[in-house]
Formats: sequence, structure tokens, C-alpha cells
Amino acid sequence: MIKRLAKCVREYKNTSIATPILVSLEVVMECIIPFIIADLVNNIKAGCEITVIVKYGLVLVLMACLSLAFGALAGMTCATASCGLAKNLRKDMFENVQKFSFENIDKFSTSSLVTRLTTDVTNVQMAYMMIIRIAIRCPLMLIFAFVMAFVMGGRMAVIFLFVVPVLGLGLALVTYKTMPLFRAVFRKYDSLNESIQENIKGMRVVKSYVREEYEKQKFGRAAEDVCRDFTKAERILALNNPLMQFCLYVVMVFVLSYGSYTIITTRGIDLDVGQFSALLTYSFMILSSLMMISMVFVMITLATESGHRIVEILDEESSLKNPENPVYEVKDGSIDFDNVSFKYSKTAERNALSDIDLHIKSGQTVGIIGGTGSAKSTLVQLISRLYDVTNGSVKVGGVDVREYDLDTLRNQVAVVLQKNVLFSGTIKENLRWGNKDATDEEMIEACKLSQADEFIERFPDKYDTYIEQGGANVSGGQKQRLCIARALLKKPKILIMDDSTSAVDTRTDALIRKAMAEYIPSTTKIIIAQRISSVQEADVIIVMAGGKISAMGTHDELVKNNEIYRDLYTLQNKAGDDDE
Amino acid sequence: MMMSKKRHVKKGIIKRIIKTLFEFYPVMMPFTIACILFNAIVTSIPSIFMQKVISAVETSWQDGSWSVVGKSIIGYVVILGIFYVVSLISGFVFNQTMAIITQGSLKKLREKMFNRMQYLPVKFFDTNNHGDIMSHYTNDIDTLRQMISQSMPQLLISSVTVITVYFIMLYFCVWLALVVLLGVVAMLLVTKKVGGGSAKYFVRQQAALGKEEGYIEEIMNGQKVVKVFCHEEECISDFDKINEKLYEESRAANKYANILGPILNNIGNVLYVVVALAGGIMLLAGVPNVSISGMALSISVVVPFLNMTKQFSGSVSQVSNQVNSVVMGIAGAGRIFDLIDREPEVDNGYVTLVNAKEVNGEITECEERTGMWAWKHPHQADGTVTYTKLTGEIVMDDVDFAYDEGKTVLHNVTLYAEPGQKVAFVGATGAGKTTITNLLNRFYDIADGKIRYDGININKIKKADLRRSLGIVLQDTNLFTGTVMDNIRYGRLEAPDEECIAAAKLAGAHDFITRLPQGYNTVLTENGASLSQGQRQLLAISRAAVADAPVMILDEATSSIDTHTEAVVQRGMDALMMGRTVFVIAHRLSTVKNSDVIMVLEQGRIIERGNHEKLIADKGKYYQLYTGAFELE
Repeated sequence: MIKRLAKCVREYKNTSIATPILVSLEVVMECIIPFIIADLVNNIKAGCEITVIVKYGLVLVLMACLSLAFGALAGMTCATASCGLAKNLRKDMFENVQKFSFENIDKFSTSSLVTRLTTDVTNVQMAYMMIIRIAIRCPLMLIFAFVMAFVMGGRMAVIFLFVVPVLGLGLALVTYKTMPLFRAVFRKYDSLNESIQENIKGMRVVKSYVREEYEKQKFGRAAEDVCRDFTKAERILALNNPLMQFCLYVVMVFVLSYGSYTIITTRGIDLDVGQFSALLTYSFMILSSLMMISMVFVMITLATESGHRIVEILDEESSLKNPENPVYEVKDGSIDFDNVSFKYSKTAERNALSDIDLHIKSGQTVGIIGGTGSAKSTLVQLISRLYDVTNGSVKVGGVDVREYDLDTLRNQVAVVLQKNVLFSGTIKENLRWGNKDATDEEMIEACKLSQADEFIERFPDKYDTYIEQGGANVSGGQKQRLCIARALLKKPKILIMDDSTSAVDTRTDALIRKAMAEYIPSTTKIIIAQRISSVQEADVIIVMAGGKISAMGTHDELVKNNEIYRDLYTLQNKAGDDDE
Repeated sequence: MMMSKKRHVKKGIIKRIIKTLFEFYPVMMPFTIACILFNAIVTSIPSIFMQKVISAVETSWQDGSWSVVGKSIIGYVVILGIFYVVSLISGFVFNQTMAIITQGSLKKLREKMFNRMQYLPVKFFDTNNHGDIMSHYTNDIDTLRQMISQSMPQLLISSVTVITVYFIMLYFCVWLALVVLLGVVAMLLVTKKVGGGSAKYFVRQQAALGKEEGYIEEIMNGQKVVKVFCHEEECISDFDKINEKLYEESRAANKYANILGPILNNIGNVLYVVVALAGGIMLLAGVPNVSISGMALSISVVVPFLNMTKQFSGSVSQVSNQVNSVVMGIAGAGRIFDLIDREPEVDNGYVTLVNAKEVNGEITECEERTGMWAWKHPHQADGTVTYTKLTGEIVMDDVDFAYDEGKTVLHNVTLYAEPGQKVAFVGATGAGKTTITNLLNRFYDIADGKIRYDGININKIKKADLRRSLGIVLQDTNLFTGTVMDNIRYGRLEAPDEECIAAAKLAGAHDFITRLPQGYNTVLTENGASLSQGQRQLLAISRAAVADAPVMILDEATSSIDTHTEAVVQRGMDALMMGRTVFVIAHRLSTVKNSDVIMVLEQGRIIERGNHEKLIADKGKYYQLYTGAFELE
């Protein structure tokens, strides 16, 4: 995992390397300063000249300046490196998601992708900052202070050999105990937040059923649960501070008593007053470094979880790949399904589609009809290679779709998806998704075809009307017509409309079909619909049932020969028949 | 002017945070603060004894006789040890209680927000971005956690340490203490400058992060559309721009924050040196000492003074390091309090819904479910209670309504729904169909006119009871995480399994549910993402069926169900609707055709009304719609 994440450092490699070096230099300075001060204290005690003191002072100030310079530089490079890594991680993930096939997209929910790109990256960024700065600083400090303590204190420093393992062991124990608790509680915390989100979204349902109290109780229980676990973990973690204080006090008491004893009994030969005070400084350094190390350790372990989740996205390989020598031209709009069967995942027991043999000539209009779950959408999604067939082959323009360049294929086979979305931006910006160089005239023409022009013209800002996220400020039918216009702008050879006019009334629906027949006659049109009237005039109508083609033919033939179709027809036209 | 007002607001928020903590933990909180104060004082006092030890060593080290001074040194160390033990105990206690207080308070705040949120008007949810509401529970709570658990105790400890240490310094030597004061001023100035910059960029970083999150969410949501249009490159380049901006802001923020540490640290170092120099020079020059203790300046004063300087500057930089988290914590707390302070839905209703039975032609209240309901209407004037049988007669009389003031969406709507009638609304999107249902269950309140339910003005009915009497299937289906059974039972919590299953059968959902991997025990997540739109609608209908409310409102309840299944559902619904007043909004005219009354709405006005035959005979809008001669949009 670390290797994979490290790959994303890229242009921030220099700053990432510079940071620990600068930090090391800073540490060296910081460690030498008390050493020199000890010397100074002894000199003052010995009654030296003022000039000597001033000389010491200058050296010390200079060292402080150097330490400041190194520290500040390290702080800057560290900020650059860690924020840079975060930027690259987000960028790489986003780019990889853009490469995802439909199959990959189905695997991750939107909210989980968003969390990975934001919260998880922030966690890793913090951990990285810690690693290149504090995780270098503390062990160095520890070692240096250790050495200095021995140099200064001689035998006195032996106390550290007792105290440090105690503290180390204590901290390790605390970390070991809290880690699994934290991991578990963060998962609970996530699901608590998910339930809040659900509540916000479903507020109308909550209120309609007067379930406020119920929701409060449900939330109260979950919140209590999270709180209990968090408190448990935090309370163990809170042992760190007193433990650290305890060790510091032990050292202090020891140094003060045994130190004074040594000074007095050896008449300042083994230890002098200056060393004595330096020793206290070093002991503080040693212990606080240990403390920081344990904190960093906790942070890193928590970030590991996030790291794994990020790598999962980075390593997710698109299940669809461009072929090696792709075909860049789609000859015509003919479509052939040869013995196609398909399942959504390799492990799925049942085929979503089986035994599909279907041949559509360029320019034909094909209607597809069938109940919920009869795999109508699945069938058409194979044409623009949104999924790959499991067996058999799908050909467009006589060439297997797997041999085309994906962009070429998808630009020639336009799909208006069932669950369609508009993006925040003006109508024009949305339409340009179909063709980014589309002129105003082209856009208006496409909108006229999809019967969107008339309502757009009624908006005060016309084609510059701003569409809110998800198309919240246009009605369902308007949204669908805009989506059709967007697809038309591609000038595709094949146009697939997956239940794209369900919210459009019958008359407009008919107008759209009429316009298409008139203005883009050479385009193969595939229309999935629930209304018989939407497909009635098609050249061929395919009736789907349970992942198979149940019947195929014209409207009249099907009414005569196919039971499912006839049932639907009578069901939908009972109303009409009564009056006519 | 602006600035001072802002500062005032900030102060108010800090005060309120503290007040809230005291409210949550009226005993533990003062106890903890006492522990912290005690700990801070106890921790800074030992330097006095350290000085005593050193001065004892100082005066007698040349003698080399331990027996002379040993006793007094041991004595000092023992007192020191006692202080340490006390400090340890108080430290242990406050660290533990602080962990409890932090987590407990966050939980209580979360609950307060959530509970308040349950009673906010629907308008709040319609007009606020859901992601933004969510961030109260995530980002804002997180910043507050940081502030309560770390910054506040740290600030308290550090300020106490600063004050005690400074007094001890004065105790030893006023001159040197003045030198230290200069250092502190320098540190505070730097903090103000650098820390202020850091806080500014951190706030900007949050904004940039929010923007990026929004973009990611929008694109990921429409990822399939992106694919279909081969729009990946454009998305990446848009994303890069936003990402770069976030990088710049967060780099600046972290830079300032990272620099602050070394700067303060080294000002501390320089201060240390300056004190050493000043001390040395004063010693050599024999400057007369001014101090509280009145002791003369000696090496035994200078050495502990140096240690105190270290402790002192350390504490000051601790305070400075909390600047960011305090600034962000205040912003977060401000938002949290705003949510908690929001006005809940007003409910002045006093008429309640009760189960009823008829005894000798009199309607009386009863405990058990009888299938008959009555409105219990207490009369304030004479203290009597009358019962009105719930029949489902709904009258709207000259109702006007506007979501935003000035933009009236319903004009003079008048309608009568007789008990047991099926009333349908037909009209273009935005004509006001859903608005009417929003008014019936009082998600929104009417601006003018009256709505009467069994002759009672609905403003007099308690909202909860009003809504309980209306079974609603909404346009957008929302399911909750839990089993299929849980989701159906949401309609009536006490319904046994059999009734839930019966409801599912009635709604035509039973069939697909039994085909799910675990049947009714299949766990649904993410709003039932594993189900199709139509299946989710079937579950919503089952939920309404189990609620078994006397009046039903179906808002595009079957829009995503294929015609065949709809026919099945329709049969079930017809059974369900028998004898109830039902309001139906549907796009497919076949769904509304058999209604008793059909209202055709246009731009907030009812333009036609009557049953199917009458409307067809009238040859108006409905006729045009029906024959496809007019566009419905």
C-alpha cells in the first residue's frame, strides 16, 4: 500500500526529501543549544569575563537563528510536500474513476467515492506530514538527547535505561489497546453519519408518518453506542499524559537527589551544576519525543485504513480496455447480436441476457418493450460497449464492438440513459456535452428535434438559463428532452433512448419521434419504452421477457401473435377503446 | 465596526460553548476545571524546590560532605515528590474526566441537533443543501472535538502555568522576569501575525474543500453520463483547476501553521540565551537584586530561572499553537448553535385523533384499534370535549399559497372531497399538484383561505395527528437502512409480520420481495440502491398500506412501475382505497381515469373539474390531454 501511495508523490519528491533533512539539521541545532548553555552556566559560575559571556551569547543566538531557518524551511517544504501528495492522490483517483467502466462504477457508491477523495485523503495527508516531519524529528531527538545525556551525565543517565523502557512499554500497550477500538468506532461513526444523511433525505417520510420520536430514539441509541466506544478508547488514550508525567517526575527526583549527592561527594568532578541543569533539559526532550512517537504511531495506524481505501480506487482496473489496434471509423448504423449472453458478474448464477440473436439494419427504428427487470436496458448497453458480453458478440457497422476505439464507438452510438442527469451550468453548457464545438444554430436545431426549444424559449434567459445541480429546476419531462437534445448533438449513427420520454406526454413523445424520422432518417433509432404508443410505429418491435427475446415483429404482427404484447396493448388502450 | 461586531459574536460563542459544557456536566465540569487548575499550579511549583536543592548544592559542593546538607536536600526532594504525586493524581483524574466530557458533550450536541432537526419545517430541508446540513454533524463536530478535548484544557493549563511561573520568577528576580516579559510580547506579536494568516487560510481551505467535494459528488453521481458522452477529459481538466486551488489554499494554511512552531520555539531559545546572558552579566556586575523573596542574585537563582524560562516560553507557544483549532472550533460551534437555535415547526393544534367506537349512536373514545377514528375536540370556553367522526371530508376554500413571498403558486383553489371519494389532480409539472398535498399535511401553511377536515380547520388539528390520519406515498421514494420488513413496518411500528406481509401482497410487492436473497429479511442500504425504482415504489406503497390511514395521498406513486405491474398494484390499491378518501396525482391518465373527481390544474388554478365522462364531454383541456391534442408539461 505504502509503495502505491508513494508513487503519487511525484513532483513533490524534492520537498519530501528536503523536509527530513532540514528537520534533522534543526534537531541538531536544538540539541546543541543546551549543551553550550551548560558550558556557559559553568563559565558564569566560575566568574568569567563579560566578553566571554557575550561571545557565548552571539554563538547561541546564531544557532537559534539557524535552527529557526531550518525549522521554518522544513515547515514550508513539509506543507508543500504533504499538500502536494494530497493533490496528486485526489487527481489520480479522480482520473482513474474517469477510466472506470460501468461495471466498476456499479461497484462503488457515490458517497463512498466522495469520502475516499476527501476525508481519506485528508487523513493520509496528515499522516504524511507527521511522517516526514515529526516521525523523523522525534527519533532523532531521542537518540541525540540520549547520547548527550550520557555524555553530560555519565552514570546519571543510567536512569533513562530504566525509565525509557517503562514509558515505551506503557505507550505501546496503550496504542495496542486503543487501535482496534478506534478502528471499530470509526466504522460505527461512519454508519451513524450515514443514518443522519438518510434521515435528512427522508424527512418528508419521517414527518408524514409522524416518526420524529422513533427517529430520535433510533439515533439516540446509535449515538450512545458511538459515544460509549469513543469514550472507552479515549480514556485509555488519556493514560498517556499521566504516564509521561510520571516518568518525567521519576527522572527529576532521581536527578535531583542522586545528582546533588554525586556533585557533593565528588566535589563537582563527576558532575557539575551546569551539566546538572542540562541533564534535566535532555530528560524532558527524551520523554516528550517518546510521547510524540506514540502519538504519530496512532495517527499513522488510523491513516492506514484510509490508505487502503484510497489504494482500492487507484488499483481498480477498468474492466474495459481499448483494443490494441482500434478501429476509428464506424461504417454505418447496423447492429448485430450473435448468440449473445451476458451476466453482470462472473459469479452471478443467472444470465441477465441469454441467447440474443438480433440483426438491425442501418436506419431502422426499433422498439423494445418488456416488464420491469426484463433486461431491456442491459441489452442496449452492450451496443455502446458499456458492458462486455459474456458470450457471443455484438457488432456495430459489421465490426465487433470490442475492436473499436471506445471514444469513436461511443460518439457514434449515443445513449440517452434511463437514470439521466444534467449538470450544474447553463443549458448551452449542458448541451455542449454532446459536442463541445456545437454552434448555437446546431444546438437550437437539436432542441427543436427533441421538442425542447419551445420551453427553453419561454425561460427568461433562454439557452443561458442556469441548470441547478441534477437539473433540480426543470421538470422531469423537460430534463428528458434536454438529455435527448444533448445526445442528438453528437450526430450519432445509432441513437438509443432508454425510457427517455417516460415523463413526456404522449403528444410530445409522438412529435419527437416524428421529428426524428423526418430529420435523421439514416440514424438507427432504438427506443425502449413502457408505452406501446411510443414504439407502435417502429420497423421492428422486440418484446423482452426474463432476459430473452420473447417475440419480434411489427405492431400488427405482435398484437396478433404475442400474448405479452397483446396484454400490454389492451391494458394500455382500454381507456382509449372505451371512448372511441 | 464590522470587526468589532464579529469579535463580539466570537466571544458570545465561546461563552456559550462553556455554558453548554457546564449544563451537560454540572458537577463533572467544575470538578475537572478545578483539577486542571490544581494540576497546573502543582506542576509549576516544584521549580521552587529545585532552586532550593541547587542552592544547597551550590553552597556546599566544595565541602564534599553529604552529611551536612544531605538531610535538607532529601527533605526538599521529598516535598517535591509529594507535589509530584498530587500532580499525577490530579492529572490522571482530569485526563479521564475530560475524555468523558468531550465525548459525552459531542454526543449530546449531536443529539440536540438531530432532535431539533426532526421538528424543523420541511421548508428548511427544501431550501438547504443536504450536504451542508450533513457537515454540521461531521466537519463542525470534528472541529469542536479538537477544541473541547485539546485546546480548552491546554489553554487553561498553559495560562495558569504562565501566571504561576511568572509569579515564581518575580519571587526570584524582577529584572530577569522583565526580560522574559519582553520575549512574551515578541511571541504574541508573531502569533498574531503568523497565526492570523494561518487561520485565514484554514478557513479558505475549508471553503475550497467544500467546493471540491461538491464537484466530485456531482460528477460521480453522473459518472455513467460522463462515460456515455466520452466527457472524461473535460471533467479531469475542470477537476484539476479546483484541485489546484485547494492545494494552494491548504499549502498556505499549513505553511503558516508549520512555521509558527519553529519561530516560537526559537524565540524561546533566544529568550533562554538572553536570560542567561542577562543573568551572567548581572552576576558579574553585581547588580543588586530586586525580588519578592528578597534573596540575592546567585547562580542558584539563575539556573532554575533558566528552566522556568523554558517552561514559560513553552507554555506561551502552546497557547499560540491552539489558535487555529480555536478559530475553526468557534466557526464550527457557531454553525452548530445556529442549527440548534432554529425555530421548530409551529404547532398550535389542539384537536387530536383518537380511536373510536360507536355506542348507542354516540361516538366514544377507546384504546384499541377499531378501524374507526374520531377527532377529539376540547373546547376551551366551557371545558367540554366533543368527538367528531373522521369521515375524510376535505374542503379547501379559496386557498392561496406561495413558497416565496410574492410568487403565488396556488390561486383561489377551492375543492370538496366527499368522504370516500377518489380525487385526482392532473396538470403540468409546476401547476401546483404536489403543492396541494404539501398543504393538506401542513408541510407548508397556506397564505390565505381555509382548509377544513371533517369540518375542522386543519390549523386546529395537531400536526402529528393530522399527518397520522393521512397515508402518503411521495413522489420520491425514500427507504431507510434496515430490512425490507423494517421498511414496511415504518408505516405502523406495532404491526406484526403478518400484517406487513399482507400489506406487501396488497401492494404487489410480495412477489419480488420473496425473490430477494433473504426475502423480507434482506437488508437494504443506501436508500435501497439494490432495488429498481419501481420496486422501491412498491415498497413505499406497502409502507403506506400497513399504516392503514383513513385518508390516502398518492403522489405519482406508480410512475416508475411498468404498466403491467401497475395493473396489479391498482387492484390492490383499489381494495385499499375502498371507503377512503384518496387524493391521486398521476401522470398517466389511465391511473386517474376512474376517479370520482378530476381536477385539472394550470398555473396554480383549477381550470376544470368533474369526473372523466363529464370532462370528456366538456371537450376542454382534459379532453385535449386525453386525446393527445395538448401537451402536458
